[in-house]
Amino acid sequence: MAVVKADFETCQGYANCVMAAPEVYDIDDEGTVVLLKEEITDEERAKVDEAVNSCPVSALSVEDA
Amino acid sequence: MTASVVIVGSSVAGVRTAQALRRGAYEGRIVLLGAESELPYDKPPLSKQFLAGEWPAERFALLSAEAAEQARIELRLGVAADHLDVAERQVVMANGKRIGYDVVVLATGSQARPSPWVAESGLHVLRTIADSQALAADLARDGPVVVVGGGFIGAEVAATARSLGREVTIVDPLEVPVGRLLGREVGSMFVDLHHRNRVATHFGTGVKSVEGRAGQLTVRLTDGQTLTAATVVVGIGALPNDSWLASSGLLVDDGVVCDEYCRAVNAPEVFAVGDVARWMHLGYGESCRVEHWTNAVDQAACVAHNVFHPEALRAYRPVEYVWSDQYDWKIQIVGRPTRATSHCLIGDLGRPSARAAGKPRAVALYKDDSAQFTAAAIVNWPKALVTARRLLAVGSSFDDALSQLEQLAGPRMEPIS
Repeated sequence: MAVVKADFETCQGYANCVMAAPEVYDIDDEGTVVLLKEEITDEERAKVDEAVNSCPVSALSVEDA
Repeated sequence: MTASVVIVGSSVAGVRTAQALRRGAYEGRIVLLGAESELPYDKPPLSKQFLAGEWPAERFALLSAEAAEQARIELRLGVAADHLDVAERQVVMANGKRIGYDVVVLATGSQARPSPWVAESGLHVLRTIADSQALAADLARDGPVVVVGGGFIGAEVAATARSLGREVTIVDPLEVPVGRLLGREVGSMFVDLHHRNRVATHFGTGVKSVEGRAGQLTVRLTDGQTLTAATVVVGIGALPNDSWLASSGLLVDDGVVCDEYCRAVNAPEVFAVGDVARWMHLGYGESCRVEHWTNAVDQAACVAHNVFHPEALRAYRPVEYVWSDQYDWKIQIVGRPTRATSHCLIGDLGRPSARAAGKPRAVALYKDDSAQFTAAAIVNWPKALVTARRLLAVGSSFDDALSQLEQLAGPRMEPIS
């Protein structure tokens, strides 16, 4: 189990996270990331790591719970 | 078993390849070589937030010394690779040192196409953090700025210089510079965008010469006009850093020629990633080279997988994605519009007054001759970006894409063409 976090001020709406892990991230009408869940399973971890890594402004993180 | 991977190039493609290898549980040795002496940093802010003085360099660092140590990535910075000895499996450095590898990943990126004009001082290209610092120092002094090149880098620099209060003129030999990529109709809106922000354009005109020094430059145009400038910025494209491979025996043709797995076609232990890679895109049926940030990151993930799992190779066939921030427009392009033959525009991009509140927003959808949805250009519309990316990822038809985007637009935003 791990916890996902987002820096909503830093987010610029590039949407790379939505493509990498659509069950965890979405984007609102203003272009700010929306966390669809905060706790993720081990199976989701690889996709979330990819999302974190693909954020152009490093607005995302994931921490072991 | 691959005991050591040497990655040549410490920009985003190289750094992300190293990180992805470790994240994928690769336990062997990883050496990351960088020609610049700075710790790895990201490039997109160099024409925007860093150039404007809004972000410090720490904000876009890619890999700290501590993070490298923790991930057991051996950083060797400040020495360029001189050539590659494929037979001996060694990277030969400019200082004569040889670094052996089992697998090498070429990530040397690209450089700004050099200015064909020479002035005493005050003439800039923009690629590295040192370039951006030098340009920022000149932009800090009042005086007119001439930007040569109306593509994305040129437009971003123009917008940044304007935000600093400078008087700015852009010159480009094409009448509609962005039209080459997005078509004339959409491209014209980018021309209007400059004018709305009080940036002058001399489009359809080339530059004959640039003379003088910082603060007192003269730019002569091919149509006989003369512009005076304190600072000139030349943004006329990029060239892959592949000349150091000329003696390697690798096939190099505007980038390192690779198969669909990003392996050099004549040396399977050599991979290429990022701007320097020309790989076979199976979706396009032809080789391509892409200079965008997201491509570097996506390709790095694929290359790291293929380095570590040669028994389960993955073909790299991305949907391209690039963004540009110009004035109050956030522009995103998904797919490859130049493969399209027609397009349809939804939104009020050309009519900023049509949206009572907020910025204008629009999406241009592109289709090819087989009525396939091939690309989208999005301005200030995050939901349309996500929808377009999803549809392109699954290979949607153009009609489906158009109907979904129209639905997203709602009744207020009728298609214009």
